[in-house]
Amino acid sequence: MPDLLLELLSEEIPARMQARAADDLKKLVTDRLVDAGLVYEGARAFATPRRLALWVQGLPVMQPAVREERRGPRVGAPEKAIEGFLKSAGLTSIEQAKIERDAKKGAFYVAVIERPGRATIDLLAEILPDVIRTFPWPKSMRWANGSLNWVRPLHSIVATFGPETEEPDIVPFAVDGIAAGDITRGHRFLAPEPFAVRRLDDYVAKLERAKVVLDAARRQEIILADAKNLAFAQGYELVEDAGLAAEVAGLVEWPVVLMGAFDESFLSIPPEVIRTTIRNNQKCFVLRKPDGSLAPRFILVANTEPADGGRAIVAGNERVIRARLADAKFFYETDLKTPLERRLPKLKEIIFHEKLGTQAERVERIERLARELAPAVGADPDKAARAARLAKADLVTEMVGEFPELQGLMGKYYALAQGEEESVASALEEHYKPLGPSDRVPTDPVAVAVALADKIDTLVGFWAIDEKPTGSKDPYALRRAALGVIRIVLENALRLNLQPILWRHFASVRRDEALAEAVAALEPLQRDIEALSASDIELAIKLEVLISRSGTAHVMRGSLVQAHSDLGEAGSLLAFFADRLKVQLREQGARHDLVDAVFALEGQDDLLLIVRRIEALARFLDSEDGKNLLAGYKRATNIIRIEEKKDGRTYAGAPRAELYDQAEERELAAAIAEAKREAEAAVAREDFEQAMQAIARLRPFVDAFFDKVTVNVDMPARRENRLKLLNEIREATRAVADFSKIEG
Amino acid sequence: MKDADLPPHMRPERSFQGLILALQRFWADWGCVILQPYDMEVGAGTFHPATTLRALGPRPWNAAYVQPSRRPKDGRYGENPNRLQHYYQFQVILKPSPPDLQELYLKSLYAIGIDPAVHDIRFVEDDWESPTLGAWGLGWECWCDGMEVSQFTYFQQVAGFECRPVSGELTYGLERLAMYVQGVDRVFDLNFNGRDDARKVTYGDVFLQAEQEYSRHNFEHADVEMLFEQFKMAEAACRKYLEAGWADGGEDAKTRRHLMALPAYDQCIKASHVFNLLDARGVISVTERQSYILRVRELARACGEAWLATEAGGAA
Repeated sequence: MPDLLLELLSEEIPARMQARAADDLKKLVTDRLVDAGLVYEGARAFATPRRLALWVQGLPVMQPAVREERRGPRVGAPEKAIEGFLKSAGLTSIEQAKIERDAKKGAFYVAVIERPGRATIDLLAEILPDVIRTFPWPKSMRWANGSLNWVRPLHSIVATFGPETEEPDIVPFAVDGIAAGDITRGHRFLAPEPFAVRRLDDYVAKLERAKVVLDAARRQEIILADAKNLAFAQGYELVEDAGLAAEVAGLVEWPVVLMGAFDESFLSIPPEVIRTTIRNNQKCFVLRKPDGSLAPRFILVANTEPADGGRAIVAGNERVIRARLADAKFFYETDLKTPLERRLPKLKEIIFHEKLGTQAERVERIERLARELAPAVGADPDKAARAARLAKADLVTEMVGEFPELQGLMGKYYALAQGEEESVASALEEHYKPLGPSDRVPTDPVAVAVALADKIDTLVGFWAIDEKPTGSKDPYALRRAALGVIRIVLENALRLNLQPILWRHFASVRRDEALAEAVAALEPLQRDIEALSASDIELAIKLEVLISRSGTAHVMRGSLVQAHSDLGEAGSLLAFFADRLKVQLREQGARHDLVDAVFALEGQDDLLLIVRRIEALARFLDSEDGKNLLAGYKRATNIIRIEEKKDGRTYAGAPRAELYDQAEERELAAAIAEAKREAEAAVAREDFEQAMQAIARLRPFVDAFFDKVTVNVDMPARRENRLKLLNEIREATRAVADFSKIEG
Repeated sequence: MKDADLPPHMRPERSFQGLILALQRFWADWGCVILQPYDMEVGAGTFHPATTLRALGPRPWNAAYVQPSRRPKDGRYGENPNRLQHYYQFQVILKPSPPDLQELYLKSLYAIGIDPAVHDIRFVEDDWESPTLGAWGLGWECWCDGMEVSQFTYFQQVAGFECRPVSGELTYGLERLAMYVQGVDRVFDLNFNGRDDARKVTYGDVFLQAEQEYSRHNFEHADVEMLFEQFKMAEAACRKYLEAGWADGGEDAKTRRHLMALPAYDQCIKASHVFNLLDARGVISVTERQSYILRVRELARACGEAWLATEAGGAA
């Protein structure tokens, strides 16, 4: 079976695009082959800084022939129908069709259409240029007078097709004047002469002789192995960095690892700064001494075998790194001269978001919120406020200006240097965490307060200006912020009622004192207000009535209405948290229906309690009692639902004791009352196990009721009372969860 | 091209001016017109009309020149070993970009003493964009042993117009290259004229005082009121010349001609430099900054449009 070898040789492809491009090339070509009915045995794609290559193994020589039978009109049908059939089937006379019969229709014509398969090489000559012309580079360009778009100018194409035993054919096509052939070149400097290739095996071998390692994974292995050995030989240890190794593997076709040194005196700069400088600007690795501290050495990966053994290259890189570190040291020392506090005025010049004001305003809000949250997370409010105040000051330092990824970390160093308290200083770094699902969560209470304040401010801010994430669009990473809040709360086992916190913060974001006053006045009435849905002047009046009842000072009507609407926004944000929590719990294997069953209860804004309740519910439902009670619950609600539908009414409200007729009714009623009382008390103590157990005790009474009592009796009053009693089961379970959301 | 017969003081690895001369010879030999610097203050060699405007339109164009470049914000009072508010770029613009442009570039490095047999030359992704010129292109920063020594760009758009054909642009950072080949760590220590005796002149001898004086000027004393005024004047003049430059009867976009694209573009350059000075003085807020950039870009776009209606811009 023949194989395809394709190589696209161009000017240097950006490292970050290579792996994706190789995958795309493989997928695009093989998809098209499969579409054409060409099955292949295997495919591999490769990328180097200058080439994309693809190997498709075991293709058929020909596309399979296609045979199709098309049913036509019956024998003896009108001339017109026959003509139409001949035309559509591509026949010239009706003699070419065969005649078949079936029991119903009798004799009819069948045309047999046979399309011979085309030669695979001819199909390739169509597919390959198509794929090249429409290749999905993230950014592409034109050059000279051409019209082809490629990542950088494309120089040559190898496209051979043939079986192992024979000289392969060249797939005959050209793109923008570049004809496919079998000639490629090796390393730009070490082996620039052209040579012919046949198939993957000789291609890889010849490239290797021409100082090109085709496989990126192998280049990366070589880099890591050589770097480790070189470090070890000098008594150091490589600080491994897989991301950097992958990037460097995309910058070289022939990796040669060399070691350079820098002056010990630079080690006074924070090690992260040295590493960032050397890594980001120079794409070099750093090394550790045996004691774990940074060594004054670095490892560079050259793309050549230098004639002088690397002396010039090492000297050149050392000079650049010296200059870079001198810059970094200068930035660091300059930054140290200005206390963070004195940088705050500069934050007034940085716009955080057009509609949300400057970083300075944001810092003020975060400071207020961090102070407010501090007691609940066990932090000293003054320290939390101090840390929040300084949290963004390093954004206007020289160092962070140069290396934005060092934000937070530099804040910590500068804060420590100016004598800030340890927990305040580390909060400057920690408050950005967690940066992703695998990042760790801050645990020091001061850092926790600032981290929560920072994220909640972001969320409330974008909620207030209606920039909520939609579908796949989440430009401000609000999902990440919400998940951050959730993880900080859960992993630190924090008790927070989010709704009022969010509600109050809307007033902060809106920079509206009157609104803040209104929210403060309305807060004790939150539950009542949530029930109000009107949005006009009547609402304001209702709110005022509420306010006057609470005896608070006069608040402007406009603010009342805004406060009401913000409570709704806070609710919507809370629902967003709920969604994120659901996703999070589901990923951890929790049943989504249990999550829903707890969220369906009113006033759930304490994430920790929600999760505990879900856990207790899951354990309960795993028990025999839990399963049976759920069955009883379902049975009860099914009966009520059917009867309510039949009667066109609901059966809510307390049943009347005097209408009980059988012992099972009375016993169930008593058990429900008891279970409800116990469950509610247990929930109030936040003892969800106990609450579940209380509910579980209903089980024998429910079973006995269904066993002995007939609900649909002829006496309407008694029937109604029994339905109401069943409804009480439903009500009782609501103390722990909304059982109607539970599946199974 | 490397000329072994050159006297030592003329060699590119010993003399700053020798390096410039070597690059000029190399590109002259290839077929470029060697221009002299544009006689206005610009932030980069790209602003020279020989690049910005000539990159537009269908006519072939190959030019090379040194361009003194001013970056008022980069002044360091002569105290930083690498940063200057005034430095030299060597600019090459080839339209259409020749197929062997990378090879040519490498040969030009060889011509100034950088031999790829002992150095590690790398093309590292760097997409170029000039918000003020409404221009962008794809290419690389060229590294020599880990140091960026040139910028290599295939222009895709200039002044908001598609480039057809595409020009290749090479920008050599002359001081950096010279520091590298001379083995010097501080720019002011560069040997300017290649002499080692009493006649030796260093880069510091020529420019240190200027760096100190201009840093004072750029950061502390540049007359802000005058500069704001100059920006407005340049902007207004640019628009005035553009409007006056359209020849009579030029309603049809295909046949209309412009007669003053170059003088108008001078005012665009002027506005851009004045903006850079104001920026260095720290009197432009973050929000205003964007609007100034947009105003300059708008001028550049209009100049580009006018240029395309001139003979050199390819108007029939």
